[in-house]
Amino acid sequence: MFLETFLQNLLNALQWGSFYALIALGYTMVYGVLLLINFAHGDIFMVGAYVAFFIATLLLGQYSSPFLPPVLVFAITVVATMVITSGVGVAIERIAYRPLRRKGASRLYVVITALMCGLILENGNLALLGASRRNFPEMLSKTAYNIGGVNFTNVKLLVILTTIAVFILLETIVRKTRLGMAMRAISYDRMAVPLMGIPVDTVIVFTFILGSSMAALAGVLFATAYPVLEPYMGALVGWKAFIAAVLGGIGEIRGAFAGGFLLGFIEIFVAALFPSTLRDLIAFSILLVFLSIKPTGIFGVSRATKI
Amino acid sequence: MRRNIPILGYAILCVLGVVLAKADVLDLYMQIILMFIGINVILSTSLNLVNGYMGEFSVGHAGFMAVGAYITSVLNILLFTNSSVFGPPVLSPSSALILFPLTLLAGGVGAALAGLLVAVPSFRTRGDYLAIITLAVNYIVKSSIENMQVIGGARGFMGMSNVINSMKEVVDLPWTLIWVFISAGLTVVILQKFVSSTYGKGIIALRDDEIAAEIMSVNTQRMKVVAFMLSSGLAGIAGGLFAHVLGYINPGTFTIMKSTEVLVMVYLGGMGSLSGSVLSAIGLTIVLEAFRPLQVYKWVIVPLLLILLMLFRPEGIMGHRELTDVFPRLRQLLGLKPKLSE
Repeated sequence: MFLETFLQNLLNALQWGSFYALIALGYTMVYGVLLLINFAHGDIFMVGAYVAFFIATLLLGQYSSPFLPPVLVFAITVVATMVITSGVGVAIERIAYRPLRRKGASRLYVVITALMCGLILENGNLALLGASRRNFPEMLSKTAYNIGGVNFTNVKLLVILTTIAVFILLETIVRKTRLGMAMRAISYDRMAVPLMGIPVDTVIVFTFILGSSMAALAGVLFATAYPVLEPYMGALVGWKAFIAAVLGGIGEIRGAFAGGFLLGFIEIFVAALFPSTLRDLIAFSILLVFLSIKPTGIFGVSRATKI
Repeated sequence: MRRNIPILGYAILCVLGVVLAKADVLDLYMQIILMFIGINVILSTSLNLVNGYMGEFSVGHAGFMAVGAYITSVLNILLFTNSSVFGPPVLSPSSALILFPLTLLAGGVGAALAGLLVAVPSFRTRGDYLAIITLAVNYIVKSSIENMQVIGGARGFMGMSNVINSMKEVVDLPWTLIWVFISAGLTVVILQKFVSSTYGKGIIALRDDEIAAEIMSVNTQRMKVVAFMLSSGLAGIAGGLFAHVLGYINPGTFTIMKSTEVLVMVYLGGMGSLSGSVLSAIGLTIVLEAFRPLQVYKWVIVPLLLILLMLFRPEGIMGHRELTDVFPRLRQLLGLKPKLSE
């Protein structure tokens, strides 16, 4: 009995942590390259969920055809959402962040600009689409399985497996490709990289594409698992994913995943063992103690300052 | 004598404001806006001490505000009013007039102690990791209040208007307005004296180079504790005032959104510029009120304006300068000592 509850919670935590991990990726990659906390990222996740909502409704409604099985609709939705949302991410970078970077503004001002971009996305959505919540159409028919008393659905499995696949994919991109090497080079020494003939702006745009499309993926999966959309859905999840990124050691892809899953575990297990109103209190207290003991997060490396 | 001209001028303005409010020339709406301006001035200048002068990135200012708001409100309700929660007043309600500053100060002290939660980890942690710690403290404070059923939990806490009413029964003046004016003025004076003192310059040294500051015999750990406690204590006082202006508080008011609002004021005004913080607190409060008719679009247009402003002035309105640096004649006019050339 105890083991079943544990396994059930473990599975829930893995799913919950997957969302944090996918969003935290965007924070951590942009931070690794630009040293910028992109606070608009949580809202990019929200944009992803909404874009998916419109594409799915379009494909299932007026233009639905018998040739499109629901699984294919889902696949098209995922890909199209990732493309459109990364467009939004890159647009924000071009319009708001790049001019500030060119002017050599202190990075904290860029952070404030990012906060403002997030507000615009949230409230622009609220103004254009209204405050009513929207129901995400069901594209994948949910099947529930029960193995040894542990319940899970195919959606839950899909979320967890996708996250693991994304982790392997990104680790390969960052470790094995030339662009990935450029990304690591920039985070290692941002002065020397332009001198080596590496096109910094291209690398930055590529980073934003990767980060935003992962947030979009998280948005689609989140909407499939919890099919209610509202304009502020990205705000709280975004802040928590940022916490996950720092917990894992910001700037590290492994860290984003470790931090995301860790935060998921803490939240789910605290809610399982204590009254759920205490969830935030205990989760953040653990975080505070953890960061006081290990200030650079799980995978972060403290750099020595030269005098 | 001439050095007191700014303070004297401010006092005259405040008296004028109170007289106008008493004579009903300023209606209640205008008074509330004035009070919010005062509270925002306290919040933005106090956050500027940590984020601007010390160069840290604190994103949890609303948490300290909540601590101050709740301590002051609970003390006042307990001591001066007949409430369903705490029963009959401990002291006579009319003594609220004299003891209100003390409860306000108690809220500040409580918030300053909460500031230790951030100050102690800051010895080892810097930059973005410290930002997370402040964020966590904000959530912890909010969540703790939500779980304390004695003070209303998530439903909130009310009855502060009774305290103000009992003050008005003794002497009929707009007391909240007066306390906001006094607190805002004192905050700016205290912070200005602090950052321009030899002791307080240690904070600026810390921002520029922590190791060099340590070598130059700045006690960096004590400096951090002092800065965080002063900043969070002042935020607590602002919280206490905020609670009495609204007459009702709930934990949902003091979220990360409120902290963000203060952050915007600091960076809009310019890091390390007190006059910038004051100007942007005044400006942003007025702009937000003026755009109220736009309803939902307000929160699209205001951020858009701020982004544009950032694009044209990437260092905030004032940059690292003070008003007296931009207009050197002002320094003479205000009777300040001439600045040593750098």
